Amino acid sequence: MATHSTTAPHQGHLATTTGLDHRKLLMWTFLASECLFFGSLIATFLLFKDASVSGPTPQEVLNIPVTSTSTFVLLTSSLSMVLALSAMQRGDIVSYRVWILATAVLGATFLGFQVFEFKEFIDEGLKPSTNVFGASFFTLTGFHGAHVTLGVIWLMSLFIFSFKGKDGKPASKSLDVELAGLYWHFVDIVWVVIFTVVYLISSLE
Amino acid sequence: MQNNENAPVEQHDSDHPTPAKYIQIAVILTLITAFEVAIYYVDAISKEAFIAIFIGMSVVKFIIVAMFYMHLKFDSRLFTYLFIAGLILATGILLVLGTLFRIFT
Repeated sequence: MATHSTTAPHQGHLATTTGLDHRKLLMWTFLASECLFFGSLIATFLLFKDASVSGPTPQEVLNIPVTSTSTFVLLTSSLSMVLALSAMQRGDIVSYRVWILATAVLGATFLGFQVFEFKEFIDEGLKPSTNVFGASFFTLTGFHGAHVTLGVIWLMSLFIFSFKGKDGKPASKSLDVELAGLYWHFVDIVWVVIFTVVYLISSLE
Repeated sequence: MQNNENAPVEQHDSDHPTPAKYIQIAVILTLITAFEVAIYYVDAISKEAFIAIFIGMSVVKFIIVAMFYMHLKFDSRLFTYLFIAGLILATGILLVLGTLFRIFT
């Protein structure tokens, strides 16, 4: 299908039918579909969190101080992500490498917190098969963790590719970084909702 | 087929926030999260008030990240409409399931 504009592209517009980069449009469409995915998982969690016939219950196992710290780590990674994009757009490759690596490290730290939390829960007797709260909790936070893992791999790929270009210029373009950033910030805002709904609200007596 | 080879690859608006602005936004987000956690330990607030405060602050954080970090404030409106459509559908699923299974009662 031809998507060329019949007129020459204006500055800041692409020669596509929408005038927008198709990859960015695809990413936003994907993120919109992800809203449905996580919306369904959160709704399922709310449905089952208090429906268990045996413990442990959310009030018994959820650890707000630990999760608050991991939330802070993920929020900080969003800052380092935008700083990486900003550096790339300015052509400051050294700063870009520092910030993109920092984002990946913070993402990996968040995953470390999640592994720690999962281990604590299992030690306290809460497994995915223990009760419906456990099943819905591990499904929701596990899928979020899988998204973070994918994001960390993506960020590390960008970091490695920043050394692979020709003439000292990185192989990645700033749009590549922007797409990864959109994904990363989405994972962050999903966690903002999970932290509020799953941790703060569900652990209220 | 789209021919991205001939098209300009970069597409940016000049009014994107500066790094200093991004840091200010991060400070605001951190303060909101700290306030959420601090208020969690206050005993004098009812559960309903807690839920209203937590959801309100979560929505504020969500909007700030989407507008400034994801650049929806500066990008094409089409991206905003797409994302809002997804959010409306997700909220619809939540409300329908909640009503069907009486989560909210």
